[in-house]
Formats: sequence, structure tokens, C-alpha cells
Amino acid sequence: MSSEELALHRQLGLTDGELAQIEATLGRGPNGTELAMYSVMWSEHCSYKSSKIHLRTLPTAGPAVLVGPGQDAGAVDVGDGIAVVFKIESHSHPSAIEPYQGAATGVGGIVRDIVSMGARPVALLDPLLFGPLAEERNRWLFAGVIAGIGGYGNCIGVPTVGGEIRFADAHTADPTVNVMCVGIADAADLITAQSRTAQAGSLMVLYGATTGRDGIGGVSVLASATLEDGAEGSRPSVQIGDPFAEKLLIEASLELVAGGSLEGLQDLGGAGITCAVSESATRAGMGASLDLDAVPLREPGMVPFEILTSESQERMLAIVHPSKLDEVRSVCGRWGLTTAVIGELTPGGTLTVRSGGAVVAEVAASSLADEGPVYDRPAEPPTRSVVSGEDPTFVPFEKDLTEAVLTVLTAPNVASKRWAFEQYDRVVQGNTIAGPDSDAAIVRVAGTLKGLAVSTDSKSRFGRLDPFLGAVHAVAESARNVAVTGATPIAITNCLNFGNPERPEVMWELTESIRGIRDACLAFETPVTGGNVSLYNESGGSAIWPTPVIGMLGLLEDYRLRVPSSFPRPGLAIYLVGETFAELGGSEFAEAVLGVVAGKPPALDLSRERGLHRFLIAAAGGAVLASAHDCGDGGLVIALLEAAIGGGHGFAVALAGDLPSHVALFSESASRAVVSVDPGDEEALVRLAAEHGVPVARLGETGGPRALVEGLVDVPVDELRDAWETAIPRLLGET
Amino acid sequence: MSGAVPPRVGVVTFPGSLDDRDALRAVEQMGGEAVPLWHADRDLRAVDAVILPGGFSYGDYLRCGAIARFAPVMEPVVAFAERGGPVLGICNGFQILCEAGLLPGAMIRNRSLRFVCRDVWLRVETAQSCLTGDLTPGETIEIPIKHGEGQWIATAEQLGDVEAQGLVVFRYASRTGIVDDVSNPNGATNNVAGIRNPAGNVVGLMPHPEHAVDPDVGPTGGQPLFASLLHVAMAGVTG
Repeated sequence: MSSEELALHRQLGLTDGELAQIEATLGRGPNGTELAMYSVMWSEHCSYKSSKIHLRTLPTAGPAVLVGPGQDAGAVDVGDGIAVVFKIESHSHPSAIEPYQGAATGVGGIVRDIVSMGARPVALLDPLLFGPLAEERNRWLFAGVIAGIGGYGNCIGVPTVGGEIRFADAHTADPTVNVMCVGIADAADLITAQSRTAQAGSLMVLYGATTGRDGIGGVSVLASATLEDGAEGSRPSVQIGDPFAEKLLIEASLELVAGGSLEGLQDLGGAGITCAVSESATRAGMGASLDLDAVPLREPGMVPFEILTSESQERMLAIVHPSKLDEVRSVCGRWGLTTAVIGELTPGGTLTVRSGGAVVAEVAASSLADEGPVYDRPAEPPTRSVVSGEDPTFVPFEKDLTEAVLTVLTAPNVASKRWAFEQYDRVVQGNTIAGPDSDAAIVRVAGTLKGLAVSTDSKSRFGRLDPFLGAVHAVAESARNVAVTGATPIAITNCLNFGNPERPEVMWELTESIRGIRDACLAFETPVTGGNVSLYNESGGSAIWPTPVIGMLGLLEDYRLRVPSSFPRPGLAIYLVGETFAELGGSEFAEAVLGVVAGKPPALDLSRERGLHRFLIAAAGGAVLASAHDCGDGGLVIALLEAAIGGGHGFAVALAGDLPSHVALFSESASRAVVSVDPGDEEALVRLAAEHGVPVARLGETGGPRALVEGLVDVPVDELRDAWETAIPRLLGET
Repeated sequence: MSGAVPPRVGVVTFPGSLDDRDALRAVEQMGGEAVPLWHADRDLRAVDAVILPGGFSYGDYLRCGAIARFAPVMEPVVAFAERGGPVLGICNGFQILCEAGLLPGAMIRNRSLRFVCRDVWLRVETAQSCLTGDLTPGETIEIPIKHGEGQWIATAEQLGDVEAQGLVVFRYASRTGIVDDVSNPNGATNNVAGIRNPAGNVVGLMPHPEHAVDPDVGPTGGQPLFASLLHVAMAGVTG
């Protein structure tokens, strides 16, 4: 092996050890084309090499699970032969370089994942974290990402119905851009490795856009390394999206699925043709013969490794029996899409790639797709001092409480995100029962009374202080957000956003977070059906906060019984469900008012949390609740104000107990919700709460133009709404 | 309409149409027979009314609606409109009708330069259109908008004609019918949200009435518009 070749594998992001493993697999040294194929397939992004052994500890089975992790997306059975397919992915690295296209192509990629399972995409949610908007570059990233999500999502006819938006210093260099898609299929039409039997001689048909030089090395160069100075030079590795082509691809693909024309379907995303072909062949237990001369190219002179690793968007690979080829060509032709037979499945497991008549690569397909390196990287808790800083819970607070309430209400994490959400089409398809303003978005399953309740949540501020607890809170909050609408949490997908796993401190954050997700998912009986891991989110040795993002799917059997989050009318009794403890560690109050991220995050008792969910679901099913809203960032007072602002009705409440006033208002104790009920339903509420062992306390009533917390806060709701709605535009310099 | 054969309302699907299924469903919900039409067919399948739905036909990469007007289906659509048949263009469909010369003016990017999706109030300006026959001028209705290029503009001469002939069908307004700048979500000239041709059988509007017929998913301001359209289409059936 010459030194020049050694340099090549390193340039491609492979280690010396990985090169040795490739040589052992092949029984010879790889040529440059083969090396490029391994480099993309064995990248962190495609192979999950640092996280795989830990992900295996997550619960993935359950009575509703149809498809678990390892395929393009997970799927659950929601009854009546309906399958819900869902998954979350990250497009953080490209978005940090080119926010509009980075975010746009993230949407395109996740939508194709759903389509490749044979499902029609029905909802998108975009959980996002940026650095503070006070910095100009962060404003550019924020505006660009939002516009990119809208620019793509709005053109493909899939509503964007939610997704939280948060801000933290640690995400300044590396914004977190995740996107979740939910799709619906007839359970019988699901395309999975089990449901479709491809055979030797079946054709590999590439359809959709042509293949160009864009996005080469996207997964290895961009997504699996940290972004350092000069990262703008990576811009050619960012793909360019064409939502119009995607829309055609969706319609043509679903028509092919419905017509039973396919033996398999795979989208082309990270690692392009190499990934799609090797995974399709491996799933079928076969090899493949691939002819690069048959791939329609966007530009002349492309060499084999470019064609094999291009991440040009809006392409799909279908596995088609030769007898069905004409059908496939005719459907694609009707939608104006080109098709090309680029190869076929072959007996044995070898993937043979030809170009200009010569064999340019010959490797075992499964060695690319399934047999990449697996690392058990060292994990060590950090020695940093932040955790041991003074717990804000015990810092006396003697300033004006009304001012503090306004500060928290207008803090970017809490303030209205209308500026962003209005740029998303949330109504197309006509099934959006509740959109981004709701704790969980609710999308009706067309033609039924079923409603899918979906929420995406992260608690990275808690995670910064205690990654295990942060992950537990993230799962709990996502389940609670679903349960306050009356829906039953069913299953999750997750996106694990972390720094460089080669640093033991980051690895510890990752393993602690996975442990937290596992414990919470076991307690809630919400299995993990899949997800994505996004590592190397750090710059200059400074990582993002540990940010596991949970995408929770819940089910309402009758969407007409869904509970809104805002007070719908005056004259309702307001109750706090759950208990408030002295817990200001890692709270919004501590960050926004005291300027610290410190202390111990609130405790979380999983069985109490589960009890709260069960109570909320039972109360909604019995039509007892007029509204229910999660107590999250900013605590009880913010939950009350949000319910008042959303409904346009004030309230008058009194807080009992002996907590200091600011703690009672702002504590972020877990497992709580603010509900309102008609006076006639109060007895039923109290009885149900007792049955479920959930504490409830009557706080007061809705009504009037003011938000009144006896002796502490008294402000007109209109004034609060104005402050809440204008906070983000103000930070963007627009008002 | 009870007992009678429901009117057939065609909805054209162009490549890139997004709200075609929604328009078909709205027609069914309001009691019409929904008939899918395909951009490449020169056949209107004997419909009594035509809807050009919202979306991004052909990707709208040149100019919104600029390519769709040349689609084969547009030839019979234009002929149908010239014979007095009711034709409704929603959002991208409105843009196509302007490009096809069936309605005056054009749409440019929103004043904010951003896409905007929100429920808005419209003041009905005339009952002399296929979409507002059941309504009274001055009434307000709530309907969602969702567009990035919805700012209607016209030359001074066109604008003079439009206003003089009373061709404005809807203006963006407050809930109580006050037409002001605060109520204007995209900067449209004179708050114009929808216009008609002089005969009133061709109407285009930026808001989406097909997303305002089902109370479970939003406001219901689209119901009287579809009811009016079906009445006009019905008259065509029986007359």
C-alpha cells in the first residue's frame, strides 16, 4: 500500500483500522471506486458505528409495531387495517452551511423515506434549535431554515403541522435541524423486506431526477465530521432540492405501490446509488449487477465514484419484475419522470459495478450495507463545573414578579413562533384538526374518525445538566403533549443530536440519553420504531447540548373528542393536575431572568407521569375536559397565560401552598397539566383524578380581560398577547 | 338539489397541483359530483363547472401559472368559459386564469417576501359572480390563505376598468368588513382577494374556499361559495 493511497482513505473519512477491515473483507486492497463506496456506507451517518451497540438497548417491540428500526421508517398498526409510518431525521450539517437548501432537502429526504414504505405522507414536523437571535448569523440561519422548510414542504402538498423551535448559545455554530414525517398506508400495501419478495433477475429501476455532481460525500464529508473554519468550502457537498420533481415522485411512487407493480422500493438519499443498491440487494438476500452507463446523468464526464456517491435529490430505486417493467415505465411517463434500468438482482451476494464495459468495483453487498465497523467508544462523565453551580431553586428572588413573568413569556423559547409557522402550509390535504399552536398536532386519518396526535420535544437544557434526566423529560413531555389532547401515546421515533463521539464526554452524554429514552419508553409502553443519529455537531471543541429529540405518535379513536389547549370560554373552573415542587434547576426562569443554566433538573417519577397520561386520556374520553395544557417551559404561570392568550379569555386564580411566590409560578416540576372544566363536570374530574391517583387542585376560574394570580400577577390578556406575539419579530428587527 | 342529478364539477390536476384532491372532496361535501380532469387531456368530461386548483403547476419555476396556461386541457377550459360556463381558479388556478387572459392583472410576491398561511376575512363585493350568487355584498366570510405570490397587481388602466365595472368579488377585510391595510395579508392592490370577468362566470381568488367547508378542520366561509357555484352549475344542467 503506497502512502498516496493511505492519504486517499483518510481524505474520504476512513481510519487506518477501517481500511484494514476493508482489506480483510475483500481479501485484497480496494481500488479507489470501492474505497469511495465503503467511505460513504461506513460513515457515521450511514453505519451508526458509534451508536449501534447502544441503540440495541432500546425497546422496539410492542403489539402495535409492524416495522421496527432498520428500515426506511417505522410503522405501527392503528386498527382497521391502517398503518402509520413515521420517522425523524437530521439535516443539521447541511443547514449550517446553506440553511435554505439544507433544510429543504431534509424535508425531501424524510418524505421519500415514508413514500418508500408505500405510505402517503400526511404530516411534517420540524424541531429546530438555533443560537440566540441577537447574533446576525443566527438570524440568517433561522430565516433561511424556516424559508427552506416552507419552500419545499409547501410545494409538495404535505402539511407542516408542528415542531418546536428553541434557542441556546451552544447551538450557535451548529444549529439542530430535524424533520419528522408521518405517512398513512393500507397495512396490506406496506413495502417491507418481509412483505415483498424480490428475486434474482428482478430489475433495478432508477426513476426521478438525473444524477449530477451535487452532494458528493454529503454523508462522509459533511454529516460525519465537525464543521470547522472554512466549512463554507463544503458547500458543494450540500444537495439542491427540486420540490416539483419530488411531488411527481410521490404521486408516481404511490400509483406504482397501489398498482402492485413493485417488489421493492428504496429512496436515494445519503450515499446515493451505493446505498440504495447495496441495501436493496442485501435485504433481498442477493447480490446485484449494476451498470453505471445506464444512469441518466446531469452532466458529462462524471466518473464512477461520482455516480455511485452522488446525493442528487428526488430519485427512487424500484425493484421490478421484468414482466412489470412496461407498467412502471408507463406510470412514470405519465408523471413526466424518466426511468432507467440500471441493473438487476443476482444470485449470491456480490455487487458488481460496471462502467464502459469494465468492472470498476466488486464487493459483497452486505459488507457495505450491514457489516460496517462497530465501535464501543469510551464514555466518561465530564468534569465541567456548570453542574455544580448554585441551584437557582435556592436563590432568593425579590424583584418585580410581573416583570419576571413578562421576561419569561417573551423569552424566545416561550414566545409565539407564529412568524415561522405562518410560513408553513398547514392545511393542505384538509385533515389538520390541530396545527402548530396545539401541544400536539392532530391529523385526521381521511375517511375515518381516527386522529393522529404528534409532538416533537427535546429538553436539552435539562440534558445539559443531566443527560439521563433530560432524555426522560423529553420522552415524558412528548407523551404528555399527546395525552393532553386525549390521545394515547403509541410509539416514538427519535433523533439523537450530539457532538463528537470520539470524545468520552460526548459519548457519555449519548449513552446516558439513550438510557433515559429506554427507561421512559419502557414505562410508557411506547416502543422505539426507528430514528436517526446525528453526531459531530460541534465546532472548536465545543459541542451542542445533548439533544435527543423525541417524535411521539399518539392515537385518538375519535378526533371529535380531542381537547384543545386553550381556555375556550369564560366561567370554567381551572385545575392544576399534578404537584408543584421547588424545582427551578435548568428552568426557563433561571435562564431568562437569572441568566444561568444551572442546578438540578426537576425529578421525574415515571409511574406518576404514566398516571397523569391515563387520567388525561380517560377525562378526554369522558368529555370531562374543556381544555388541557402541558405545564412545561416557564412553569404553571406560563401554562395559564398560554391557555388564556390562545383562547382570548382571562382568568383569576390563587396559588395555595408555602412555596416562595416565584417558585410557585415558575417551577418546572414534571407531570403537571392545567385543565379547565365546566362547573357541572368538576365532580367527575375530581372523582377520575382520585381513581387514577393523580392530585388535583382547584385554582380559580376563567373569564374577564385580565390574567390574575391573586397577589402576584395582574395584567390584561391583550397586553400579554401583544408581548408574546411580537417578541420574535422584534428580535428579527421587524417591528 | 334533493332528488335532482347533482351537477358535475371538474377539477384539473396539473403536474404540481396540490389542492386538487381537496377541491374534489369539497365539491362532494357540498353535494356536487366531483370529476377529476387531467392536464394532458383535451376533454372536460361533460362537466357543468371547472375548478383550477391551488398548487405549483409545473413547479412555477418560470412564473406562476405561466406554463399551465399552455396545457392541452386549457383549450377546452377557455372555450367553456367563453360559452359562459362557470370556471373557478383558486390560488395557482387564479394565477393561471390571469396568464390565460381570462382575468385581468397578475400576482407578484407577497409584500413581506414570505409565504403566508393564515385564516383571513373577506368582504363580499358583489353577488354578480358564479361564486357569490347566494351571498349579499358587504357580508364577510372567513377562509384560509396560503401563498408566497399572492399580491394582485394591475396596470392603472386595468385597475380603473376593474373598479369601474365592479369586477372585484372579494377584498381582504376585518371581521366586521373594514377594508384596511392591517387586514391586507400580502399587499394586494386595493385589498383585492378575488375578481371576476364582466360576465361573472369566471372567478379567481387567492384564498382557498375548498379548505373552508369542513368545520372540523377550519373555518366554514367556503360553504356559501361552493353552494353558489353548484347552483350556477345546476342551472346549466337543467337549463
